[in-house]
Amino acid sequence: MTTRAHECLMRMYQEEHNLEDYQGSIPRWCTGCGDNAILTAVQRLCRDEKLRPEKTVFVSGIGCSSRFPHYMKTYGFHGIHGRALPIAEGIRLARPDLHVFVNTGDGDCCSIGAAHWVHAIRYNMNLTVVVHDNHIYGLTKMQASPTTPRGLKSKTTPRGATLEALNPLTVTLGIQNVSFVAQAVDWIPELVYDIISKAFHHKGCSFVRIIQRCPEFLPDLLDPWLNDPNRNLLLTHEKGMQVSAALSKVYKNQQEHDPSNLDRAREIASAEDPIPVGILYHNPAVPCYEDMRAIGQLRTPDLIRRGLEAELDKVTVWPQENAAEARP
Amino acid sequence: MSDTTALEHAAKTGPAGRAGGAKQAIALAEHVIEIVSDSGEGAQRCGQSFGAIAARMGNGIWTVEIIPAEIQPPARSIAGASGNRVRIGSRRVTNGGNEADLVVAFNEQVLLGRVRDRELKPGCIILLESMWRDHPDAKIAAAYRETCERLVKEGYDLREIPMERECKALVSDPRRGKNMFVLGMLCNLYSLDLQLARDQVAFIFGKKEEKVIKANVALLEAGYQWAESHLDFKYRVPATRAKEAQIVVNGNTALALGVLASGMEVCAMYPITPATSASHYLSEVFEKVGGVVHQAEDEIAACSFAIGASYAGKCAVTITSGPGYSLKQEAIGLAVMCEIPLVVVNVQRGGPSTGQPTKAEQGDLLAACFGSHGDAPKVVMAPSTIEDCFYSIITARKIAETFNMVVVVLSDANLATSQQPFPRPAFNEAWLAPPIDQSPVPEGAKPYDWDPLTGLARRFVPGQPNGMHTLTGLAHDRLSHVAYDPEINEEGLRYRSLKLAALQKTLKTPPVFGGEEGDLLVIGWGSTQGAIEEAVERLRAEGRRVSSLHLRFLQPMPGGIKEILKRFKQVMTIEANWCDNPEDELIDESNRRYSALAMMLRSRYLADVDCWSEVRGQGIKPDAIYRVISNKLVQGKR
Repeated sequence: MTTRAHECLMRMYQEEHNLEDYQGSIPRWCTGCGDNAILTAVQRLCRDEKLRPEKTVFVSGIGCSSRFPHYMKTYGFHGIHGRALPIAEGIRLARPDLHVFVNTGDGDCCSIGAAHWVHAIRYNMNLTVVVHDNHIYGLTKMQASPTTPRGLKSKTTPRGATLEALNPLTVTLGIQNVSFVAQAVDWIPELVYDIISKAFHHKGCSFVRIIQRCPEFLPDLLDPWLNDPNRNLLLTHEKGMQVSAALSKVYKNQQEHDPSNLDRAREIASAEDPIPVGILYHNPAVPCYEDMRAIGQLRTPDLIRRGLEAELDKVTVWPQENAAEARP
Repeated sequence: MSDTTALEHAAKTGPAGRAGGAKQAIALAEHVIEIVSDSGEGAQRCGQSFGAIAARMGNGIWTVEIIPAEIQPPARSIAGASGNRVRIGSRRVTNGGNEADLVVAFNEQVLLGRVRDRELKPGCIILLESMWRDHPDAKIAAAYRETCERLVKEGYDLREIPMERECKALVSDPRRGKNMFVLGMLCNLYSLDLQLARDQVAFIFGKKEEKVIKANVALLEAGYQWAESHLDFKYRVPATRAKEAQIVVNGNTALALGVLASGMEVCAMYPITPATSASHYLSEVFEKVGGVVHQAEDEIAACSFAIGASYAGKCAVTITSGPGYSLKQEAIGLAVMCEIPLVVVNVQRGGPSTGQPTKAEQGDLLAACFGSHGDAPKVVMAPSTIEDCFYSIITARKIAETFNMVVVVLSDANLATSQQPFPRPAFNEAWLAPPIDQSPVPEGAKPYDWDPLTGLARRFVPGQPNGMHTLTGLAHDRLSHVAYDPEINEEGLRYRSLKLAALQKTLKTPPVFGGEEGDLLVIGWGSTQGAIEEAVERLRAEGRRVSSLHLRFLQPMPGGIKEILKRFKQVMTIEANWCDNPEDELIDESNRRYSALAMMLRSRYLADVDCWSEVRGQGIKPDAIYRVISNKLVQGKR
């Protein structure tokens, strides 16, 4: 299809988007659910980055978090439990021109989809992955998740969760090819936005864990951190997250952390209280799988024909003269 | 075709087929030759090369791999036989045939394995490495002598050949060159062109240095000369050279070439036997045409990855075998629900569970048709020849993209590892996928605007302005909005199902092999076609009123089948999947479990379709089918 000049001008005009351009159905999450904070931040990001809605895809699995794409007005793929990452990888490999986001939860990513999580980090494909971690299965009504704190009572652990909670940050930071790891908390929306924005600008697999509240099933779980700003450790750095003066007045517990320091990132990730907030690790030099697999050549019918004929030549048994003729 | 044994020939032609001092080559319509050795001694390469040379001569061939289940089974073990069976014929050969007419064995233990499996024709010629007769280990020597005595006593025409001793004169490690010596011997015994054999050796060692090629050609020639002067018989299988160019590949290579020719760009897979060799080959060649073989972290990821690529506009394929297919089922259901085109290849192996990874079976038909929870209609095709493996993938991609459906291609281990020549495909640009549609969608257009007649809807691909929607595995309406409304749920189910009917209307009724009516119709699917038709042909030549029908589309089944069934007094399927034996004491009409296709035909056509199956892990032999049909015809007369 040819594009006419006036269409180009139209397109330029349309590049300015409002928040409404990214708002899909009305969210059905509970009042006070942390997912709302993430949605607001992501819609703002899309507007600020002027992402074309038709060039943007949100991929999710199953769970409260995974309703996310329905509330965007972009392309969306609400898939099956645990498999958002491999679906997103397939999209990314096929279409380098799209912006691909993944929204997943603590159960979706760290339990049923754990194998994909580990390997997604290793592939390091250019994806912005947001883990909505509310420490519980919400959609199926309160079963323990891998990040449920030990001792917490749930429908499946009526006498308290048996195991220590899994730490998604330390796991991610231990995987080869890790290139971007950050953590945010839903009660500091300004930083949720900043961190997701940093993640979006990183070329590679950016892994953002967002600690969020589940007002329905765990209404008080995170209160100690909400009520005491000092139990939130803000990681600041010129190459990482910067904190506004206004926010600094409340959140005084700050630490300079160079996100290129992997060993230090692992130490910070291991210390769970106070909750570290910011960019733990960032390495823009890790190559992306899709770039390594690209052939850097236009895939024309003639290229395919020549490739096929060359292979057929090798296995042609009779008459051989014809095979020789077909060779370029 | 003639199945006269060499012994009978010898009897007819006088001692050792010699006439006036010079060996006279006995003309044969066909022969089945086996080469077996310990793993790693090169019998497979020898057999494949022998087949390739015969194909170059213009013979029909079918080669079957003899694969031990273990990577390195212990040397000289009965279960460790590794090698190749080659059936060569004057005409086109469509299957692995019956028991072997001539066997070359590198030790007597692997040979015993083949005897135990009843793979040798009574009295067949055995060419056996003789080095074990005087082996320093007394136990080995004794075992060898004992076996030789036994085989002779059982009537086999045993020839002991000093392969190792002859090779030692030419190479330092005769264990690694013996296969080329044997290849030379076989070329002499079957009057194959020595120059073609030399070319073949140069081709297979093409990547190695000149020295290696020379050494192997020397071994080949030595084997050829040795047979000429030491063996008292010689055959020739007259060849009819095809007019058009022929290629020789196995089914998995044909599948991979089909992927390449279909214009697909992404193959996502996880290693599994026996499917993986298709991906091995594709990994070698796909990148040259801009394709990617993605080895995913597991089967589920492979299927999901392919779904992602398909969703984004590049219809993808995932290649697997039974256990992997089971794992993909949920993801396949997602593709069905969201109407994402997808090609899934299942190279079937023995099941259930881990089953028999290297063996052939047709056990996954029902899983392919009805697998995944809920009603998940998908297209199921089964190639029945090596050539079909190539074209099936091209067809599958087209159907997947035209109907926005999952297309399952059921191959099996028999096709996967067998080789057969077929006309060299002539590339056609129409095989390729069209470029991704990025044109704007009309304002207000719906992502699932199902056509009331066909259920078809235009799919919106990311990048298309105005087409934005969230695709979901939940029940959804025409806008792709989540819907729990009973009407809407039924509407979606109806249209996803109607697409199969729409496709069915485009399918041709398959041709009947044999007569249009008669006493018995045998129905098969997949790799058994050649063997079934060979048996039917023999029976018809004997005046029996039997025909066969082979189905390539299992879901939907083409129209016109019911009318065919009506023209036969009896109908039965022959399949390589389990069915209960009616002779078993507890089995009766009310509890008999039928083979998969029989079950489907019985339910669809309300016809009394019987079945016979064999689940021995290998291609069903034409002789076995011949006997089954003969018995069935007798039963029918009662």
